[in-house]
Amino acid sequence: MSELALTLLRFGFLALLWIFVIFTVIVLRRDLRAPRDSSVAKALTAPGVPPAQVSAVIGTEGRSWRRSNRKVAKGQATKLVVVEGELAGTVVPLDQAPVTIGRAADATLVLEDDYVSSRHTRLFLSDGHWLVEDLDSTNGTWIGKTRITTATVVPLGEQLRIGRTIIELRK
Amino acid sequence: MKRSLSGGIPTRRNTELALLVLAVALGMLAYAQVSLATDGRLPHSFWIVGAGMGLLVLIAHITLRLRAPYADPILLPAVVLLNLLGLTMIHRLDIADAQRAVRNGTKPPALEVYAQLTWTTLAVFLFIAVVFVVRDHRRLQRFTYISMLLGIGLLLSPLTPGIGATINGATLWLRVAGFSFQPAELAKVMLTIFFAGYLVMKRDSLAIVRAKVLGVGIPRGRDLGPLVVIWFASLGTLFFEHDVGIAALFFGLFVALLYVATERRGWLVIGFIMFLLGGGLAYAAFGHVAVRFEIWWNPWAHQATTGYQLVQSLFALASGGLTGAGLGQGYPQLVPFAKSDFITAAIGEELGLTGLMAILVLYAIIVERGLRTAIASRDPFGTLLAAGLSFVTALQVFLVVGGVTRLIPLTGLTTPFLAAGGSSLIVNWMIIALLLRISDRNRRPQDIAKTPDESLTQVIRL
Repeated sequence: MSELALTLLRFGFLALLWIFVIFTVIVLRRDLRAPRDSSVAKALTAPGVPPAQVSAVIGTEGRSWRRSNRKVAKGQATKLVVVEGELAGTVVPLDQAPVTIGRAADATLVLEDDYVSSRHTRLFLSDGHWLVEDLDSTNGTWIGKTRITTATVVPLGEQLRIGRTIIELRK
Repeated sequence: MKRSLSGGIPTRRNTELALLVLAVALGMLAYAQVSLATDGRLPHSFWIVGAGMGLLVLIAHITLRLRAPYADPILLPAVVLLNLLGLTMIHRLDIADAQRAVRNGTKPPALEVYAQLTWTTLAVFLFIAVVFVVRDHRRLQRFTYISMLLGIGLLLSPLTPGIGATINGATLWLRVAGFSFQPAELAKVMLTIFFAGYLVMKRDSLAIVRAKVLGVGIPRGRDLGPLVVIWFASLGTLFFEHDVGIAALFFGLFVALLYVATERRGWLVIGFIMFLLGGGLAYAAFGHVAVRFEIWWNPWAHQATTGYQLVQSLFALASGGLTGAGLGQGYPQLVPFAKSDFITAAIGEELGLTGLMAILVLYAIIVERGLRTAIASRDPFGTLLAAGLSFVTALQVFLVVGGVTRLIPLTGLTTPFLAAGGSSLIVNWMIIALLLRISDRNRRPQDIAKTPDESLTQVIRL
């Protein structure tokens, strides 16, 4: 093997090694840029915790279990409080992630209530406001005395009724 | 890119395949280069080895296609490349050892590359087994306390008379029927599972802040309990088994997971102070720690005795320079334990700074993927498990490479995937299998169909 060929091999190998690294970085970057799963899909699937643990409520599950509220604007609701119902007194901290409410074990707020549908309602942040959207539930989602039909802004302190439970957004 | 049938989320398995082909090709190129430089021709078994490696990697890839199609596409190729480079380097050092034996007229030593090849095969099969058996990482949470017992048992097992073995001053090995195994490596995974499961349960009380000192929340005194226990356990390992690396690794892992679980920087501050305290205690109490520190502080004063290894390692790195001597053309065998603890020095000599940096970037990429998996995990246990497994790999690489390059005192851990040693290889492949399992779970589209009991919702008349 000539000296020249070995030198070429040596540099060729180093170049290829870095090409491999650069390829992985390209894949990695594409991954970072890729759109996150749509918010609906995420809201419906967010906290994948074994059902046994979520029998009551765990506001700290899923993405919101991390105590990050850095990005929440001032004057914005930071928690969801259960005012009436079996889980009265429960507080779910809010951050950017949408909150699902229903009887299904994978909802953010699990209500053990026969008048609540499995996936009953959804709260999500849009342009700095929390909106509530009924997920085609049997008994509907009510703000005060009106049953909502489309995604509606939830004002701070307004009572939101889901089955036999009343919740409020608070600062 | 191939799209999955449901949800349209790309599985990215074809990207992985492309990277794997490149990784195996690079490994074989390194092997060819070693042979051409030392022997002037390709070995007879070159294509057989290449085909065998390709087949092994292909089996792992197909397993992922079948069992974890949404898993991360980068982890496996990066690990395969590191493993192949490690094998090449061990093979290259085997050649050097054989040449030296011929020159000295002694009996040629056994080739270590065969053992490493066997371990690699076994590690890949165990990787496949983990991907198959652990369908859902959340099941591991049930084994929180069993993992703790197993982990501690494994850590202490080398002290058992009869099967425990002391090699080079550290009591870290189990030796049964000619095979030696380093149980601390497996304890790494067990204790990560325990820490993750434990912290998922306790994180709320651990996050309570009693007072603020310099803007950093200091946790309540009674919550310090677990940290103190781990601290004593780490010092205990150091005391009984004479190993600095393992002690530092477990303590660092626990502090990092405390931080991830509670997001309180106070834990990092307290952990760092306790680490310094423990280090100081160990320095004062244990002779071997003081020796390690002294070698690090002033290797040239001990270059003929205790500091010989480190000085040789620095010489190797220096002679490698920017682009290295070329595979098969340096003298990496001059560093004692070049195949295991000091393999990064051997690589630094033959591939130079350019090659060593590429390898460090590969580790960084593996850790980045692991931490991203942790962030994307939908359940807190998955987050903590992935973060712990990535962090322990990162810390281990830092401790080893830092030691070899004299950034920090030598600790005597193995370089993941590169160094000769079966237990390390097997356990690190298992770690990757778990990370892939969690990342598959994160991206897998879930069944969002309504649950069958939807119709049972009762109607309230208003």
